[in-house]
Amino acid sequence: MNHFEKNPAAEDAAPVPANELPALIQPPVRHDIEAAPAIAVEDLCKKYGSHWAVDEVNFIVPKGWTVGLLGGNGAGKTTTIAMIMGLVVPTVGRAMVLGCDMALERHKVLNRMNFESPYVALPSRLTVRENLTIFGRLYGVPNLKARIEELTDDFDLGDILDRATGRLSAGQKTRVSVAKALINDPDVLLLDEPTASLDPDRAEWVRSRLRAFQKRRGATILLSSHNMMEVEQLCDLVVIMSRGQVIALGRPDELIKRFQCKDLDEVFIYLARIA
Amino acid sequence: MTSRYYYLLRSSWLRLLELIYWPAMQMLVWGFLYTYLYDSKSSMASTGGMLLGAVLLWDVLFRGQLGFTFTFLEEIWSRNLANLMMSPLQPAELAASLMGISLIRLLIGTLPVTLLAFLLFGFNIYALGFGLIAFFINLVLTGWAIGLVVSGLIIRQGLGAESLAYSIMILLLPLCCVYYPVWVLPVWLQAAAWSLTPTYVFEGMRAILLDGVFRADLMVECLALNLVYLGIGFTTFMLLLRSARHKGMLLTMGE
Repeated sequence: MNHFEKNPAAEDAAPVPANELPALIQPPVRHDIEAAPAIAVEDLCKKYGSHWAVDEVNFIVPKGWTVGLLGGNGAGKTTTIAMIMGLVVPTVGRAMVLGCDMALERHKVLNRMNFESPYVALPSRLTVRENLTIFGRLYGVPNLKARIEELTDDFDLGDILDRATGRLSAGQKTRVSVAKALINDPDVLLLDEPTASLDPDRAEWVRSRLRAFQKRRGATILLSSHNMMEVEQLCDLVVIMSRGQVIALGRPDELIKRFQCKDLDEVFIYLARIA
Repeated sequence: MTSRYYYLLRSSWLRLLELIYWPAMQMLVWGFLYTYLYDSKSSMASTGGMLLGAVLLWDVLFRGQLGFTFTFLEEIWSRNLANLMMSPLQPAELAASLMGISLIRLLIGTLPVTLLAFLLFGFNIYALGFGLIAFFINLVLTGWAIGLVVSGLIIRQGLGAESLAYSIMILLLPLCCVYYPVWVLPVWLQAAAWSLTPTYVFEGMRAILLDGVFRADLMVECLALNLVYLGIGFTTFMLLLRSARHKGMLLTMGE
């Protein structure tokens, strides 16, 4: 098996045709938006002052795949994700999403993307319903009321729907943020530590919702997490970063085998110490 | 976006009260001074009405800018800016919604105060007639142009630039000739004063209150200048936003 066979541990999403799986580091040929991989990161670099926060990062995320972006603190994950979102402009290279260069033409695809990150929050004085309504309108969601009801059922938000978001527990806020991230049924979903503040039961519950969403929608997910068990369960491919560079890339089971470790946790610790 | 700010306003009666509180306190102080000058029958008596008019119009400018900038700051304080920037919302749409809500906040804050001025001190600002509408529009446009620049600086520099929201208008106060005519300034400063749009409004107000003349020429010049400043304000906002994206300021900004 090679990198481009999906992780059997992850739920099957929409199949990716073989001709959409180019060599990993090789930039995809851009015929049109639909033929390109969901995310293509090409020679991506970001320099702050004299420090290279991200240094020549390359990877692609085929449509319908879940890819984990891992690394210790300061590895460059958040900057990479921010460049993929178009919130940060690369110094060199480019981040393509659904065929669009996010530094130049992000507004063409923003309504097909969404994200969740611990660095951002929803307005605390507004109720959960008001927040979902506002973001639903911003993303132009049709039948918004029905969509909010659907998410309320999926994420068990019924009891908190009319409570101010700022008064919720950390776990409840995370569920609301993930619900907001799914409000527009995105084709590309970027998740930064989506289960960080949840207890193991709720975390597994959110993971199951994400798997169900991906199975239904065939969406592409780029996930940053420190929970290696979660990564093993959800991700088809793992990109491990250190000091702004990609130091390992492969399927979770393949990486475990390659570094002769018993699980991904051990791989992560091993790479963190030698990098 | 406007509904987002509407939800925010209705979520707290204290916020609504705060919108009226400062203009009302200012009106009371200047209103009593107006009463004192009027009752003393001194040569200063005629200036009392001008002072009150100037206070009310200055508040339109000040609160217009503050309403715009504070509404924007709410996004940063609540760490919501990245959510908005990642949504399909265009910067021009964000600016338009900030303008809309600044107007609503302004009306909530100033309408009750104009009634208060009439009921307590017998000062009727609506006697300015059509001129009042021209003054209001011009001052609000100036407030928005300054609000755009300040919001851009906050995006670019972070919350370190927050104090500009309160202080930038004070910088203009001496040059805008709010309480005195332009000719009082040294000649070399008068050109600078005429480059600021509020100067036209306050000169126009004095022309109505002292001479009973509405200076349409001043208002047209002021409007033209305001449109230029609004264009400069929006361009500056866009350039600073672009610079913030290069500096990586958008994701981590917040309290």
